[in-house]
Amino acid sequence: MSDLRKSLCLHVGLLAILFVLQFILPAYHHGNLARIMVLAAYAVGYNILFGYTGLLSLGHALFFATGMYGMGLLINQFGAQPASALIGGLFAGALISFFLGLIALRTEGVAFMIVTLMFAQAGYLLILYFGAYTRGDEGFVIQQAERMLWNINLSNPTIRYFAALFVFSISMLATLRLVHTPFGRVLIAIRENEERAQMLGYDVFRHKLAAVVLSGTIAAMSGAAYGLLFGYVGASFASVQYSIFPLLWVLLGGAGTVLGPFVGTLFMFYLIDLSSGITSAYMLIAGITLVLLTLFAPQGLVGELRRRVFRWLP
Amino acid sequence: MTKSNKTPAKSTRRAALKTLALGAGGVAAASSLPLWARFASAQSAEPIRVGFQVHRTGIGAAYGRWYDRTTTAAVELINEGGGINGRPVEIIAEDDGTDPKRGAEVIEKFATQHNCDIGFGTLFSHVVIGSAPRAGELKLPYFVVSEGHHVASGMLNRYTLQPGITDVKSQVQAMAPFVADKLGKKVTMIFPDFAFGHDHRDYFTAAIEAQGGQVLEHIAIPPTETSFTKYFPKIPRDTEVIYHVMVGPAVLTFVKELGEFFGPQRPEMFGFIDSLEAVDIGSPGLEFLEGTYFWEGNPRYAQADQSSYDKFFRERVNVDGNGASLSDPKDVSTYAHMFGCWETLHVVKAGMEASGYQGSMDRGKLIEAVEDMTNMPHSNAHPQGAKIFNGKTHQVFGHQYITKVTNGKLLLAHTTSIEDTMYPDEVDYTAQPL
Amino acid sequence: MEFGPYLMLATLEGAVTAAVLSLTAVGLSLVFGVMRVVNVAHGEFFMLGAILAWWVTSLIGGHPALGFGVAILCVPVLVGVVAVATDVLILKKINYDPERTIVATIGILYIIQQITLMSYGPDARPIEAPFNTRLALPWIEFSGGQPQLYWPWGLSTTTYKIGVIAAASVVLTGVWLVMVRTRLGLVMRATQLDREMAMAFGIPVERVYALVFGFGAALAALAAVLIVPIQQAHYLMGGDPLLLAFIVVIIGGLGSLPGTVFAAILIGVSDGIISVFFSPTLAKILATLLVALVLVFKPNGLFGARRA
Repeated sequence: MSDLRKSLCLHVGLLAILFVLQFILPAYHHGNLARIMVLAAYAVGYNILFGYTGLLSLGHALFFATGMYGMGLLINQFGAQPASALIGGLFAGALISFFLGLIALRTEGVAFMIVTLMFAQAGYLLILYFGAYTRGDEGFVIQQAERMLWNINLSNPTIRYFAALFVFSISMLATLRLVHTPFGRVLIAIRENEERAQMLGYDVFRHKLAAVVLSGTIAAMSGAAYGLLFGYVGASFASVQYSIFPLLWVLLGGAGTVLGPFVGTLFMFYLIDLSSGITSAYMLIAGITLVLLTLFAPQGLVGELRRRVFRWLP
Repeated sequence: MTKSNKTPAKSTRRAALKTLALGAGGVAAASSLPLWARFASAQSAEPIRVGFQVHRTGIGAAYGRWYDRTTTAAVELINEGGGINGRPVEIIAEDDGTDPKRGAEVIEKFATQHNCDIGFGTLFSHVVIGSAPRAGELKLPYFVVSEGHHVASGMLNRYTLQPGITDVKSQVQAMAPFVADKLGKKVTMIFPDFAFGHDHRDYFTAAIEAQGGQVLEHIAIPPTETSFTKYFPKIPRDTEVIYHVMVGPAVLTFVKELGEFFGPQRPEMFGFIDSLEAVDIGSPGLEFLEGTYFWEGNPRYAQADQSSYDKFFRERVNVDGNGASLSDPKDVSTYAHMFGCWETLHVVKAGMEASGYQGSMDRGKLIEAVEDMTNMPHSNAHPQGAKIFNGKTHQVFGHQYITKVTNGKLLLAHTTSIEDTMYPDEVDYTAQPL
Repeated sequence: MEFGPYLMLATLEGAVTAAVLSLTAVGLSLVFGVMRVVNVAHGEFFMLGAILAWWVTSLIGGHPALGFGVAILCVPVLVGVVAVATDVLILKKINYDPERTIVATIGILYIIQQITLMSYGPDARPIEAPFNTRLALPWIEFSGGQPQLYWPWGLSTTTYKIGVIAAASVVLTGVWLVMVRTRLGLVMRATQLDREMAMAFGIPVERVYALVFGFGAALAALAAVLIVPIQQAHYLMGGDPLLLAFIVVIIGGLGSLPGTVFAAILIGVSDGIISVFFSPTLAKILATLLVALVLVFKPNGLFGARRA
């Protein structure tokens, strides 16, 4: 079996397993997995920019929150239907990422990190500033009655799970496809050696901008989906820790791999959940685990697998 | 699997048998029967599981600690008296990190993994709002102790109730008459620039204007600010009263710098004790507060006319007459809020008994039983004072207290009536389906 | 308050912020410049400085100046030692790889925060300043064509705040002298300029790294000890200083100590002044966007000469 076929089988296989799990998992883990899948989509989006293009952004919470608030405000303030609200959130995310890309891509390295961080902070503060509409840090609820997508009740656990699976599948399959296209390969080339890519005649800026927009839009989709599926829109999702989380999930799972973001998100979630059952000092366990992981599994969990065993993993 | 804070029912020296009714006002007593006999009449010895959503880490951690202690004390008392419907109460605590996302996950954990009967105990508003939708979907009765107006505003759902602590709208509104009468009619407000502060700004401005007063200046301070002097020049010279409600770790700095700014002459000051919960009024730098006034949800210092209920409450939660821990006088409690946990648990008990609660299929009946409650007399179950519960808005109303800093202690200056604190209904949850 | 005195007050307050910020940022700049790593836990070393200062002063008791004096001498050293341990045990083993360092220092951040929460607790606790008297400040107004001094209402500062500014200036001058006039400083600058060449010249680069890491953390801790009588010691207090210090270092320009100090003064003072004109949250939004725009047009910072 060719590498391409193998990787396709693996990824579609994962989606199939997730599909089947819907019917098997006990209620608690079922709910968890729905959340994990939506957040994993966020991580996948982040990975496109970080893992594949090599640009470390510290401001992705801006895109996540734009999607979430775009969707939420359309429903809350304008009484829109969920379908249009979702599209609105997505569109807002794409727009913001386009403009941010235009500005921030003039910098690189640490300056890029700080510029993205600053815009994310400004976004967070703007949410607080317009508290009259956004309810600031408290956030607002999207009532169950409003979460009916074409007569499908999104707050039903089964429907919610499938919706989350759908969101995750789109982002993962998109990334899988991307990696095998010329466009994706140029992104990797830019990550490896930007000057060489430029000398080879590729329009590096346009590629990077496209990566930012793609990454930001997927993040926005994840944010909009999270708000809609779980019924709450709040400023805490725009804070700096939600920019750090996808970085953490991706690095833990394996940057530059397609499965890495999902594995990282799943791992961190259960690490915190299980350790909080043992001790209230679960962040200590999380911290120690992170340190151990970087010492002994520097490429992330999936990355190590790729390095040592399955070299064909994309 | 999960660490659960089981509270063992203790047998005590007390001999009288406690009656199960609320508001009996009698001395709380526990049976001298051994454990097996005490619960022998129960239809089921399965414990009632209360999922306690507690802030153990994050910005709410200082409050979470005292909520934890009060909850444990309340459950001990309830179990001494035979539990609820003959079944012991078990607390299952989970840390939500003072984060709405984690809060929602924790609610799911209570409902689907721990099989809790109710969720309980959340303080910070954004966590409540983030968790309530899930509680509603899972049909888990969610008893919050948060002081937020979100329950009564209609934003949440029929499964969220706040029967043990009053909300900020009623608190703020009730302060205006006293401020306008005794302190001054020209007010400058200093508040944090987020939802909690905005609520104060909106409610108080409306209330003081209704008293013929006026807010000269609204000074909104960004949430994570650590130094405040640069904001004080915005205070107009002709301010008669400064109304302040800063919260967070920087509060001591705020008071100190305010004192340094004004020096020897200051206007009247009215603050909310939220600023100084868990902080000793005698701390260095707070001398400036002498002679100023505070709203207190529950007066921290034992007053001259201390009720027997307050005395009992302090004994059970291990707090002395100064509101500090009996084992460590430097460990000041969050006395103005923690009574909410105690009273809420007693309301849960009353509701479960009134509805004959057997298990999770009776959750709807529990909600309806609590909605039927109205008067809650001053008693050991309600040591903060008498209360009136509004079943339609799921919010309770009670007395508010104003104290004055006198010789380093907070002495009661005024108690409002419950009617002073009421406002028109904004929602009728009973019209919603269960 | 009239505009003039208000501006003066805001500037003074900003100067205090700038003083503490410059110490923290110089610490970060050294680490960043010499070792080329992003230390996400830098704010936690700051926090540790504050917490340990509280611990030392409450152990010693007596007159506040006594406890404070001891704290200011030994707490930075203590925190420096912790930092060196972190470097030798963890950072060295991952070869200072940028990405791995980020994850590792995030882990260290969680560990330090949680241990502090478990031991010191969640409360914010104050320390008494060693000396703190209110100073009313004069302002000049022109009446009848003659300049006259008067004391505007509310225009004041405290002796301690002035002390902080003075102390920070002294320490910064000391650091600069060390960097420029001593052999140690020469070695550090050499390692920063070109690591391989430094090794070729027999400089023990690994040891220099450990030293720099410890020194950077000690500076942050010193800044915290200075600020803690004004603020309080709280286990979450490291977040903001980290953010601000990073911004200052990048804006000032990597590898430029004077740039860092200049940026710290700029950001510290302007934060106070902008809030004179705008509502605080709006002021913060504008300040944040301004920082971003400076970087967009000057990606190497105001004084940076090297690529990041």
